[in-house]
Order: sequence, then structure tokens, then C-alpha cells
Amino acid sequence: MKLHEYQSKQIFARYGIPIPKGRVAASAIEARQIAEELGGRVVIKSQVLVGGRGKAGGIRVAKSAKEAEELATQILGMEIKGLPVRKVLVDEAANIDHEIYLGITNDRAARRPVIMASAAGGVEIEEVARTNPEKIIKIHIDPLLGLRDYQARDIAISIDLPKEYWKQFTEICRGLWRAYLESDATLAEINPLVILKEKQLMALDGKMLIDDNALFRHTDLAEMRDVDEEVAIETEARKYGLSFIKLEGQIGCMVNGAGLAMATMDIVKLFKGEPANFLDIGGGASSDKVAAALRIILSDKNVKSILFNIFGGITRCDEVAKGILTALKEVKPTIPMVVRLVGTNAEEGRKLLADAKMITAETLVDAAQKAVDAIKN
Amino acid sequence: MSIFVDKKTRLLVQGITGNEGLFHAKQMMAYGTKVVAGVTPGKGGEWVLEDKVPVFDSCRAAVDATGANVTVIFVPSRGALDAMFEAADAGIPLIVCITEGVPVQDMMRVREYLDQKHVRLLGPNCPGLLTPGETKVGIIPNDIAIPGNAGVVSRSGTLTYEVLFALKQKNMGVTTCVGIGGDPINGTNFIDCLDLFEADPRTEKVVMIGEIGGTDEEKAAQFIAANMTKPVVAFIAGQTAPPGKRMGHAGAIIEGGAGTAADKVKALESAGVKVAKYPEEIPSLL
Repeated sequence: MKLHEYQSKQIFARYGIPIPKGRVAASAIEARQIAEELGGRVVIKSQVLVGGRGKAGGIRVAKSAKEAEELATQILGMEIKGLPVRKVLVDEAANIDHEIYLGITNDRAARRPVIMASAAGGVEIEEVARTNPEKIIKIHIDPLLGLRDYQARDIAISIDLPKEYWKQFTEICRGLWRAYLESDATLAEINPLVILKEKQLMALDGKMLIDDNALFRHTDLAEMRDVDEEVAIETEARKYGLSFIKLEGQIGCMVNGAGLAMATMDIVKLFKGEPANFLDIGGGASSDKVAAALRIILSDKNVKSILFNIFGGITRCDEVAKGILTALKEVKPTIPMVVRLVGTNAEEGRKLLADAKMITAETLVDAAQKAVDAIKN
Repeated sequence: MSIFVDKKTRLLVQGITGNEGLFHAKQMMAYGTKVVAGVTPGKGGEWVLEDKVPVFDSCRAAVDATGANVTVIFVPSRGALDAMFEAADAGIPLIVCITEGVPVQDMMRVREYLDQKHVRLLGPNCPGLLTPGETKVGIIPNDIAIPGNAGVVSRSGTLTYEVLFALKQKNMGVTTCVGIGGDPINGTNFIDCLDLFEADPRTEKVVMIGEIGGTDEEKAAQFIAANMTKPVVAFIAGQTAPPGKRMGHAGAIIEGGAGTAADKVKALESAGVKVAKYPEEIPSLL
């Protein structure tokens, strides 16, 4: 789960990381009021969950409260990479002397958290990683011991941070580590961490990604999820415990298991079809869940045929069949449906679906071929 | 021969009194696995499965009483971390964790701890192990594979069943099928299994089933080129997956341009591995 900049910075502040004074606004009037409180000179920052906000014109400096209102009006009317801007963060403008990158993330290959820093902050770190990888300093953190102060100092030395900032920097690293740890983050990033003309370090921007699997122990963070920023049917699918991703094709896919769901999409593509979605109904899905899944697939008007590929194990094919029948009673789709049931209770499942006018298939290849052909006819 | 488990396996089931644990303990016994004990804190002293399997309050007590040497975990994700630590501290050398949805920071901690204790972990978020005709540890359906000479290693669950089923349809059998799990941080990787299959005299060829995300398949390709004499056939799921989206499995995500199916296929093919275009093509490539 992605957090907004303002949410990430609020978390950072709880761990003692200095952030600019500021608040979030949903209207230009509010933005003006906040700017007035902050003394006029502010930065108006669009709050959308995509990168490249600055380049898109979604981050602007205002010299007065009046200008803040004007800029907020513009930014709140924008779309950035297809996402409408619904909120802006109004932050006190900072006197920047230098920009640093600082982040902690999971290094999957090393199986450890890694703290990364670069003297070349402010720009996209992926860009630095591509063009000047030697400018990014990385130190792995023992997951049982946590970040040690000496490691933070080593980072400060490696990025040539002047000695007078080492203490502040170490405290910020410590705070960022605790924010990462205690939020079950997969990324906690300050970009830029700035040296102000006033000789202080401050986190001007922040980004956090939270491990979805850990949200059960972070109900406060789970509530921060911004469903406005998500594809509506993906939100709906999550409510039912379904793993669903909308794609642009015409063949709806319902599969049990993530690997098999991907393989099913791939084979559709191999036969020159385009999958409309990724959908894993999970293990042991009940008929209710299957019915919800089918409604979700059918709510996409691009879908011209549906492919059901169920390999029963924990999941019982007759339960899936019951779910399909339940959904078919409510929504009476006119599009062709191809069903392949193998494994646990497949025979019972096939019998249940015998009168449902579905196209049956024996193998995965056969099923994909039929789902693709069904659109052509 | 087989890898990891065989007839000498004495299995403990953590979470044996839960729905999943009980159902699959029964299935494993039906397959011939020696299920010697279960653990559910608070239910020690009870017996389950027609009074054939004693339940203990702790792994330590179960190991002391029954000599269990492998454990399989069906504990829900919020308790899985503790279950793994407990099994390791009870001296069990092989842990198979079926549980899905274990937080990734938990996995980093437990993996570090297990490595220090030299405990082998399979999973989490995996279907477990099957040595056809001998032993099953986990949830792979009982009737989809027959004994034979192909080793199978996979990051997926039901996709693995699809492949086993396709092999069986062509009358091709399996030495051991290992599910290593679909999470970004797991206990055992492709290379560990490829190494064991290379050394196993009964295994004559290997099927490797990967998916998008991470670089384990690329590393496996390097290992195969340098160390494997037995032929390897692979399949990679996720050719059509968009970047930045988690495709169900926590580990199946293309991040920062890394972990695409195309990269993995290329790496494997340049290591001399035949890569199937779809699962049902695997038997003919073997």
C-alpha cells in the first residue's frame, strides 16, 4: 500500500524527523488559509500516488497567500498520469542549500533491509542508479540487530556530509529506521533530505510503501489507504479477499492460484487474445466469493468472453460451479464463457454446470483457444 | 531416492487442530506419510484423526515425545513467525511453511535466525513437498503425480499441480516435487533444489517453474550453466503482467524494470534450458 507524501511525513515526524510546517487542503480557499498561517511563502504540492509530480507541474512555489490560492486552484484541477489531484499539501517554503537522498528498503536478493543515500538528492533515485550507480551508497542492515549508529555515520562520511551535521543525520537515520520497522514498510524514503541555509536538516518530501501482508497489525495505517486513487473494481475485489488487477483486454479470466492465473493470461496472449484482468480467487474459495468475482469481471464492459480455469486442490470445483450459477442468476451475461475444471470434485462441478450453456474445455490450451475463438464468432 | 523427505520422515503438524491443518494431516496420512504429532498451544493431551495422532502444547514437547524430524506449518499468518522460531528452537532441522501472507520483515528476521541455526526452511506460501508413492508434506493433491525420474521445483502452487498433471497425462513420473513458495523472501531457492536434484541419483531431468519478480531465476540460470549436467526444462509465468502490480503472490512483481519474464526466459535459454511457452508443452520438451 502506498502512502501519500503528507501521510509519510506525518509518520516521520512521530519518529523525530524534522519536516516543514504545513497541512493538507482539499480546496483552494483552504490552501490560502494555510498559506496565511504560514506567512505567505509556501509550496503547493499535489498529493497523488505517482512519481514525477514536479515535472508535471504539480509542485509550485507561491510567494503570497493570494498566489497560493491561484496555484492551488490550478493544481487541484490537474490530472497527473491519469490521476485527478484531489488534495494539495501546503508546506512552508524552505531555504535549501543542498539536497540529499536517504531511503531504507528491502533488498530482496540480500534478504536484508538496506539503507541507501546519495549526495545527489532531489531527482529520481532510479535515474541516479542508472546513470551514476557509484553515487548511491548502500549499507545492509542486520534484520535481528537493526540499524547501528556507526552505520549511519558511515553513510554520512561516504556522502561527504560535513561533520557538523553528523549528529542530526544519525538521529534522522535512526528515526527513519524505526518508522520503517514499526510501520512494516517496504520502503521509507526521504527525497530530498535538505540542508537548510539555517544549518538544519529537514525532510522536504517523503514516501512510504507498507507491506499489505502486515496491515493486520497496523489498523491505523490501513485506514490511511486512499481508495480514490485506486481502480474502483480493484477496491471492490479486495473487500471479498480476491486478488484482482484490471487490464485492457477483452478476455476475462477467473483462476485459482496466482501462478496459474498468470500462466492462463500468458496462454490467452499466446493465442492472440488479450486478457482483461488478473484474478486469483485464492485457495478454498466459497461459492459467494466466486459469485462476487464473476460480477466484478462482468462489470468491465470491455470483456467479450470469460475463461474459467480451476485446478481443484484446496479449492473444490463444485463450490466454484455453485458460485458461477449464483452469479449467473443475478447477472444474465450474453457473452460466451469457457470453463475448465480439473482436480478436486471436478466431475461434480461439471454436472452442476451442464445446463448453464457454457463451453467446456479439457486442457489449458483448449480452453484458451476456445475463449479467444469465441470472440471472433 | 528423493530430496528433503522420504520414508524416514517423522512429521509434526503445527496448527493441526485448525481446519486446514486437520484436513491436510489426514490427506498426508492417507498418502503414507508418518504424521507422528501435532502442536496446538492449549490443546496438549488431546488426540486427533481417529486417535492416531497426539497433540502437544509445544514443539519441544512433541519432539521429545515422538522424535519428529520435519514440521509442516498451517498456522495463520499472524502466528507463522512464532511457529517457525519455535520449531527451530525445538531442534527440528526442516520446516515447511504452507502459510500465505507472512509479512516480509518477519521473513527477513526468521530467515536470518534459521541460517544461524542451520535449519532448512521451505516456503512460506508454498504447497510443500511430494515424493510420489512415498511421502507428502504439504497440500499437493494426492493423485496428480506418479513416481518417476523428473525433479520438479516451483515458486507456484496450482501452476505446479497443472505441470504435475500434464506430466502424469503423458505417463511421466517425478522423484520429488518441491514448492519453494511465491514470497519475495523464502527459505530455500531454486539453486538449493537444483543442486540437490543434480546430486540425486534417481533424478535424471529437472522441471523448474518460475514467475516474474526478483532475480532467482536468473541466478538459477547461471548455476545451471556452470553446474548442471542433467537437462532442465523451465516455464516462467507472467509474460503479460504489467510492471509495478503485485500479481497475487507477494513476490510476483516487476520493480524498477527488474524481474520481467522476458529477462528470465533469455537468461535460462542462454544457459541451455528449454523454456516452455505453456505448461502443457513441458512433457514434450523433456
